Amino acid sequence: MIKQLSQRLLGPVTLVLLALTFWLGLWVTPPDRVQGNLVRLLYVHPAIAWVALYVSFGTSVIASCLYLWKRTRSVVMDRVAYCAMEVSAVFLALTLITGSIWGRPTWGVWWAWDARLTSTAILLVFALGYLALRRANDDPEVRARRSAVFAIIAAINVPIDHFSVDWWHTLHQGATVFTENGNFLVHGSMLWTLFVSLFAFTLLFFWLLRARYRLEVQRDARYAASLDEALAQRRREGVH
Amino acid sequence: MIRTALLVAGKDLRIERRSRVLLWQVLPFGVMALVLSGLALGPHHAGNSSAGPGLFYLVMLLVTLLMINRSQVIEGSSGTRTSIATLGLDPAGVFLGKALALAIELWLTGIVVLAGAVLLLHTGLLGSAEALPSVLVILAALAAAGTLYGALSGGGQGPATLLPVLSFPAFAPLLIAGERSYSDALHGGALWPWWVISLVALVAYLAIGILLYGVLEDS
Repeated sequence: MIKQLSQRLLGPVTLVLLALTFWLGLWVTPPDRVQGNLVRLLYVHPAIAWVALYVSFGTSVIASCLYLWKRTRSVVMDRVAYCAMEVSAVFLALTLITGSIWGRPTWGVWWAWDARLTSTAILLVFALGYLALRRANDDPEVRARRSAVFAIIAAINVPIDHFSVDWWHTLHQGATVFTENGNFLVHGSMLWTLFVSLFAFTLLFFWLLRARYRLEVQRDARYAASLDEALAQRRREGVH
Repeated sequence: MIRTALLVAGKDLRIERRSRVLLWQVLPFGVMALVLSGLALGPHHAGNSSAGPGLFYLVMLLVTLLMINRSQVIEGSSGTRTSIATLGLDPAGVFLGKALALAIELWLTGIVVLAGAVLLLHTGLLGSAEALPSVLVILAALAAAGTLYGALSGGGQGPATLLPVLSFPAFAPLLIAGERSYSDALHGGALWPWWVISLVALVAYLAIGILLYGVLEDS
């Protein structure tokens, strides 16, 4: 009952929170002293990056590990890993696009050979490589194993991406929400908008993941049905 | 595991020595790619040593792709996989052996291409000699990563276009670390940060290969 209710409410709640984010970001929060109205893009960009790098990529890697572990191996884990990686690829592309839109007026260029930007682009290529690997193998077992291993290898790049702003002198700023001591650097309506945005985009990920998962289940069922149909056809041909 | 690794490396290297693919195909390809890089830069910029380290590693990446394909074709020939499965060889040992053979082949090619870079792209001789240890570590990391990606992309039977798509993002940090360490060796910069990155990458790929190569072999 609760599960069904939460599944039904997930979509509407996500839409309401996204609308709230846009309302807070565009009308309620004040312009930044230095960046002016350009700061409004930052209510979206970090949340998209959060989903791309940690939530969806992390979900895919954890599901891949669980698939490779014999006790938890199941087609569910493989599907979750695949669907989460597909969502991650979309969000990684959006991260780079929104970052570029912010970077052009701030840095003067659409793209800079910066450690954070480059490592995020590499992560996007990893995600696209994962999807290419899925399409290259027809055998479901082989496909699942290889893509699980690939996702785990690709995960090495996530900490590199995260710490790139600390390890190298980058154009991309370091931590801007918290200080090293855990104190907030952003205050008031700006902080609230940022948190609402993070929550809204995290829910959006789960909504998209659920929709994509259902689609994958239907596709597998259709494939199995067409296989059964083909076998039945062959049997009929054999009889006559 | 070490015994299996030495056996597999010995087998791969013997096949290479007999077929002479490295000598007559891979080495000429590396030198030609270096010449073409110089031509692409143009006569006024080809002798500019600031582009030399990057071009050297770019050529070595292309050579690595060729050699990974070659290494997987050896494994994919009829009966080889069956023989390995029947012998019950440790997959971690097989991975280490294939990576070792690939590393030795890459080191040989790397030394020739490095000499070519000194000759054609005018990278300094002393700086290149100073960069040699880091070149060897980066090429070993490329060999370990390449062996893993070769198995991932389906070995000899997999589509040839899949390997670059899968491996280039993983090779990119190695290319950056290699280019920076070679440049710093030429211009007297600090080498140790790039050494650390290269060694961490090498250890990480060896560890992942030892742990997961068996999963790929099973599939």
